[in-house]
Amino acid sequence: MSDTTPEYRGAGHHGGTMDTVRKGLAKRKRKQMILQGFGIAAIGFALTVLFILLASLFSTGYQAFTQTHVELDVFVDPQEIPEENLPRGGFRDVLSDSLGQYFPESDMTDRAEARVLSSILSNGAQFTLRDMIVEDPSLIGQTISLKVATSDPYDQLNKGLIDRDTPEDFRRLKDEEIQNFDTLSELGLISKPLNTGLLTNADSRFPELAGLKGALVGSFWVLLTCFVISFPLGIGAAIYLEEFAPKNKVSDFIEVNINNLAAVPSVVFGLLALAVFIGWFGMPRSAPFVGGLTLALMTMPTIIIATRASLKAVPPSIREAALGVGASKHQVVFQHVLPLAMPGILTGTIIGLAQALGETAPLLLIGMNAFITSAASSPFDSATALPTQIFIWADSPERGFVSRTSAAILVLLGFLITMNAIAIFLRQRFQRKW
Amino acid sequence: MYDAPNPATNVDQQDIKITAKGVQVYYGETHAIKDVDVNIVDRAVTSFIGPSGCGKSTFLRCLNRMNDTIDICRVEGDIRIDGDDIYDKRVDPVQLRAKVGMVFQKPNPFPKSIYDNVAYGPRIHGLAKNKADLDVIVERALRRGAIWDEVKDRLDAPGTGLSGGQQQRLCIARAVATEPEVLLMDEPCSALDPIATAQVEELIDELRRDYTVVIVTHSMQQAARVSQKTAFFHLGDLVEYGETDQIFTNPKDERTERYVTGRIG
Ligand SMILES: Nc1ncnc2c1ncn2[C@@H]1O[C@H](COP(=O)(O)OP(=O)(O)OP(=O)(O)O)[C@@H](O)[C@H]1O
Ligand SMILES: [Mg+2]
Repeated sequence: MSDTTPEYRGAGHHGGTMDTVRKGLAKRKRKQMILQGFGIAAIGFALTVLFILLASLFSTGYQAFTQTHVELDVFVDPQEIPEENLPRGGFRDVLSDSLGQYFPESDMTDRAEARVLSSILSNGAQFTLRDMIVEDPSLIGQTISLKVATSDPYDQLNKGLIDRDTPEDFRRLKDEEIQNFDTLSELGLISKPLNTGLLTNADSRFPELAGLKGALVGSFWVLLTCFVISFPLGIGAAIYLEEFAPKNKVSDFIEVNINNLAAVPSVVFGLLALAVFIGWFGMPRSAPFVGGLTLALMTMPTIIIATRASLKAVPPSIREAALGVGASKHQVVFQHVLPLAMPGILTGTIIGLAQALGETAPLLLIGMNAFITSAASSPFDSATALPTQIFIWADSPERGFVSRTSAAILVLLGFLITMNAIAIFLRQRFQRKW
Repeated sequence: MYDAPNPATNVDQQDIKITAKGVQVYYGETHAIKDVDVNIVDRAVTSFIGPSGCGKSTFLRCLNRMNDTIDICRVEGDIRIDGDDIYDKRVDPVQLRAKVGMVFQKPNPFPKSIYDNVAYGPRIHGLAKNKADLDVIVERALRRGAIWDEVKDRLDAPGTGLSGGQQQRLCIARAVATEPEVLLMDEPCSALDPIATAQVEELIDELRRDYTVVIVTHSMQQAARVSQKTAFFHLGDLVEYGETDQIFTNPKDERTERYVTGRIG
């Protein structure tokens, strides 16, 4: 067929029509190919960017999932640590003395030398020891085995982040300090276990001690507040608008404004919260409750829109069936329509909360980027949240915070992916065939 | 329930269940039902026939005020059941619908268990004092719906898992569970195969003993088989109303004749 001359033989003629169609076909196919090409290129680009993002996060962040520790035999000297006055005990001296036993040729009475040696240990080591002894005072006078974090530079050294070939003047650790570390290493006292402190410690000035507990707890309170406020209000507003409100200019106006509200930049909500909640109502700064309240304002439109869409998606035949047996309007809505719309509503809510979890700007404005070294025990205590913690760490000068920032981002992404996965699961699981 | 005597229908009071006088229905500007008068007989099957869009469903839905749920719909005229004006201000449509049950064109069981489907109406109207009562009501309704034998072993299974014909009979059982006096059926067999249709028709014939049944159908044979009275609608007018036999064998109006012989519609 392809060798017939493509001669136009009149539109009405059968063969002529087919020829015209065939000619057009090639053009249409070409257009489709181009369109597909663009589509694939766009997806490829998106995937590449995502891959680069994750790869760079992992390549820096994985270092923060381990932490260099040193294991010491510590003699709890009753002279340094008197049982009757534990809090004033010389825990730091006890530690540096016990370090000294591994360096027989060094003179621990020389203050300077002792300081260089004990710089291996994290500043938090003395508190670890103190807590152990406060818990069990019978340890005084005994020799105990203590595993404590090394300070950040030694951790970096152990992870290969400090290049030993760099001239000494440009290196953070001097030859002597590296020598000390290697001595301990040869004795087999250095280890690099999983860094559980990343999740169980609160924030700290020392990277080796800094963890996300404060941020996790803060984010938990923020999300809880946000959920408790936005979920009932959002669903209530949506049900009223969708099922009970008269359809007139007023409800149209409200509808348009809810959609507008969903598009307002988050920083505006932060400013609003600062002015209204903190300025007028005198609510505490940096409190997760205020953060949750602010984010609830942002999440509510999402929930309202999702709820209305799911209510609309419930087939009218179900409403008719219920009305037909004599259910009242309320019974129809609350006993039939709402339960059927619930999976969709929950999906929308989870997606809204996931957005809220990652939201940074409003929390910065209400002061949730304060430096706080303990986890909040109520939504009214000062706290940070995951994204603001990332913000704080990214801003910190210590080298150790570089990998911790990436690790914190990975933790945040982990939560977001989990939440979205739950939303997708709900949507799949409860997809109904009518 | 409500007490306005109706002098117009005092004759044959025990035979006439529903009287409609000068009923007009508008959807916005559309005049869907034009001045319809009809008397529907108690304990008999009345069928509404007519070409698509002529207003059969619209008129049927006036009888249990389902049109109230459509914002743009406006009903005028006088519709009485047992002599009481159902559009009276004092009448609660919820109460009315307990008395006038409805079965829809598409089977629409609730996405709940078979038991809960049937028990829903009695529950919301408080017809059962306890669980045992409710069990009795459910069983009786399912037996009336001619589906008891098929589902008695799986009352907890979802109603949506039944076949189309079973679902429609479940919906009929659901409608009769509240012990209505009138049963409205809008093309109840249009989604069913011939066997299920035959079952439902048999059922309608049974129900006639206890209920006033009004059925909308597109099947002339079905109307002839199940109904005693037939009303023919055309473009919103009630053209002819009478004994089913008479409508099909000896129609008075030319439009009716053309329709039942298959020449319009
Ligand atoms: N919800 C509605 N809104 C506006 N107009 C409607 C609505 N329902 C019905 N109508 C109009 O009212 C007229 C009668 O419709 P109705 O559904 O009663 O017809 P019908 O006789 O039941 O038709 P069919 O046999 O196809 O079911 C039609 O012209 C239709 O367009
Ligand atoms: Mg219809």
